[in-house]
Amino acid sequence: MTPFSFALAHSLPEAVLAIGALTLLMLGVFRAKDGRDWIISELAIVILGIAFILLFFDLKSNAVIWSGSFVDDAFGRFMKGLALAGSIGALVLSLDFMRREKIDLFEFPVLIVIATLGMLLLISARDLIALYLGLELMSLSLYVIAAFDRDNPRASEAGLKYFALGALSSGMLLYGASLIYGTAGTITFDGIAKAMTGVPSIGAVFGLVFLLSGLAFKMSLVPFHMWTPDVYEGAPTPVTTFFASAAKMAAVAIAVRIVMTAFPHVVPQWRQIIVFTSILSMAVGAFAAIGQTNIKRLMAYSSIGHMGFAMVGLAAANEAGVQGVLIYMAIYLVMTLGAFAAILSMRITGTYVENIGDLAGLSQRNGFMAFCLAAIMLSLAGIPPLAGFWAKFYAFSPAVNAGLYPLAVLGVLASTVACFYYLRICKIMYFDDPAKPFDRASPAVTGVLALSSLLIVLFSFWPGPLVSAAAAAAKSLF
Amino acid sequence: MSSEFFTNIGLSHYLALAAVLFTIGMVGIILNRKNIIIILMSVELILLSVNINFVAFSSFLGDLTGQVFSLFILTVAAAEAAIGLAILVTYFRNRGTIAVEDINMMKG
Repeated sequence: MTPFSFALAHSLPEAVLAIGALTLLMLGVFRAKDGRDWIISELAIVILGIAFILLFFDLKSNAVIWSGSFVDDAFGRFMKGLALAGSIGALVLSLDFMRREKIDLFEFPVLIVIATLGMLLLISARDLIALYLGLELMSLSLYVIAAFDRDNPRASEAGLKYFALGALSSGMLLYGASLIYGTAGTITFDGIAKAMTGVPSIGAVFGLVFLLSGLAFKMSLVPFHMWTPDVYEGAPTPVTTFFASAAKMAAVAIAVRIVMTAFPHVVPQWRQIIVFTSILSMAVGAFAAIGQTNIKRLMAYSSIGHMGFAMVGLAAANEAGVQGVLIYMAIYLVMTLGAFAAILSMRITGTYVENIGDLAGLSQRNGFMAFCLAAIMLSLAGIPPLAGFWAKFYAFSPAVNAGLYPLAVLGVLASTVACFYYLRICKIMYFDDPAKPFDRASPAVTGVLALSSLLIVLFSFWPGPLVSAAAAAAKSLF
Repeated sequence: MSSEFFTNIGLSHYLALAAVLFTIGMVGIILNRKNIIIILMSVELILLSVNINFVAFSSFLGDLTGQVFSLFILTVAAAEAAIGLAILVTYFRNRGTIAVEDINMMKG
């Protein structure tokens, strides 16, 4: 095997997405009538599916390729699987919505595929240039699709806010990268790890803080969360689904990879930052969501809180902690896709609605949807025996074992407060007087809703595959 | 002023200049209440300050990687500006204003 074909074999999913995105773009430009979607979305789902299947061909080996800037390991494959699953889920959910809202332009699936390619490159990045280029490929596509409904003032405001704050965050990330390059003398993660031992210089600590701040923006951790509620509310719902599922996976993956492989010898320095943002995120996620009436805005605060919970696992800074983060993200992905499938089923006489009050008395009108949504809400709240409880268990127990008792206690308290608004949705659905009935949801949306609630219930009885895959993935980082 | 002042420009001078430009960019984004174009200009300023950092470190370390990095940053900054202006145009079409204080349809 020549070095080139070896490298290509280990980056096949990325190659498939890159070529696929360009092919879809050509098909759209030359074949689609009036720029309408035609079958581009379906083809994009197939391409993402092929990339997903290609991840499973070689589950054992680790390879560092493309001049050391790209690594193919079990951790990367696990997170890439989650990112691809999130993209596929968001595209499946978008099919019906985009057509009904008359924004079914072929650029949307193409941009989703390009953003997913950026995510895969980001997850596999092994130096700062690859990190930056992957992050920007993802972010630039996300800015555009946030404002995709371009005649809607709210969507373009969401796009503008996301762009301004996203550009600021990449500037901070780059400033941190430049300081780290200057102090370590190299940009590869391994080289940085070798250079940063003992007590790091003030320049290196500044670089670390700026770098993590930039990544915290993408993960929407407090105090860098300001964009999240507005963008979640303003962007079209399938786009919000994509932000909440796939984009979060990629941001968390690179944050875990960079602190574990580039800064393993300066744990006390970055642990402070992670603990600080984690506590604030859990608190904001718990308290700010209480007064919300818009369900997309509520999900935004919920996602801020959940990122805080996932970071509790990372703060442990060991293999069990990384495993906890991976399990948390996998379960969070399933819950998010399910919750947004339910939001996309909220349609009254042809208009999509977003108020929590519209769910009133849902159990009497559509018992199945009410049951699925209740299961997802209880799982998001972390009520045993649903998957959300086990996610918190796997994230919190390494932190307790590492002696971070205050963090774990605050986490449990925050999740108790957060229970209030999740349970309020269940109460509104089951005990309030019925509001207007929803239209019949499309089979794809109902399918995603049913599948995700099934997986949430199933995890308690059959956790083995996910837990062992996450353990193998976490092991490959150490 | 002696000619020594100009010949003895070391790494720390470049880093100080980059830090000042970075801070001006940050302050420009946060304190700006007028116009979104100013935010775009501040973002450019931040990216250019990072480029100064990279090139200064590259020259100081005798390592080319920093200069390669700065070329990538320039390219991405151009794409970023194009996308930012495109979003700004759709926003202006919908609202008829680009004043920062008018971006308030959603809050809470």
